[in-house]
Amino acid sequence: MDVPDPRKKVELDAQFSDLYRAHLKDVYSYSYYRIGNHHDAEDLTEQTFLQAYRHFERAQRESNGRPLRPWLIRIAHNLAANYYRDRARKPQTPIDDAGALATAHTTETLVEHRDDLARILECVEDLPDDRREALIMRFALGMDNREIARALGRTDGATKVLLHRAIRQLEELVKRAEGPVELHD
Amino acid sequence: MTDFETLLREAFAPIEPPAELEERLEDRLTTLVEAAADELEGWELATMRDPRNWAPTLTAVGVGGVAAVGLVLVRTQRRRHKRREASDNVLELAGSTVRDLAREAGKVIDQGRRRR
Repeated sequence: MDVPDPRKKVELDAQFSDLYRAHLKDVYSYSYYRIGNHHDAEDLTEQTFLQAYRHFERAQRESNGRPLRPWLIRIAHNLAANYYRDRARKPQTPIDDAGALATAHTTETLVEHRDDLARILECVEDLPDDRREALIMRFALGMDNREIARALGRTDGATKVLLHRAIRQLEELVKRAEGPVELHD
Repeated sequence: MTDFETLLREAFAPIEPPAELEERLEDRLTTLVEAAADELEGWELATMRDPRNWAPTLTAVGVGGVAAVGLVLVRTQRRRHKRREASDNVLELAGSTVRDLAREAGKVIDQGRRRR
């Protein structure tokens, strides 16, 4: 009869604990920018880690030593999709209280800069979901193309194209939102 | 990286999770870990009646340095009264002692990892 190895179980829990500590901020940031409010982002983060814990052993076995962050973000991605499907909600982009925007600014230049950032986040709302998600993964989480590809279940090439198009489309949207430049005498 | 990409990085600044979320999540994960440990413990208690199954567990205990083994033994020793009270016979007492040793070895390994 096979005896379960208690040390293996303890090691597995310790490894999960490391994963949790390393990526709590990533999962929370992803959830927040995806959902748009703290309350639901907390809920999504919690559900992501609980589900990850249940499937951790298998994920680790199948990862062949590759980092597990894309797997974790993929769980959050699937749960977020369920969230919108169940509640028939549209994504909201945080504007007022996202990290960089919460900083107090004093000079006019900084206020303008803050407005630029707010405008960018507003325009992100108008992007298709996959482009929006790719941008969150790249810029909020700092994931590279390969990681994003694994999280979204796409090829590296398709992900590179997706990101390129997302950035280009967003840049166009932001330019349009800024309106025509006024000419002064 | 273009200027626009630099702006994007600033706009998507990572968000620090609230402290309450960390506490709540850690509590829930701890509960899950303990429930899994209890399940394993129940299973082990049954299998440890057969001395042939002691070897893998003892091997697990053997992992670690001399200091770690010392700590494991001290902690296991502390629990001996509880084990005696809970055991109906010598075989069960031996089984629960081995199980305690394994659990304490696991904890020491875990603490070692955290320190690293």
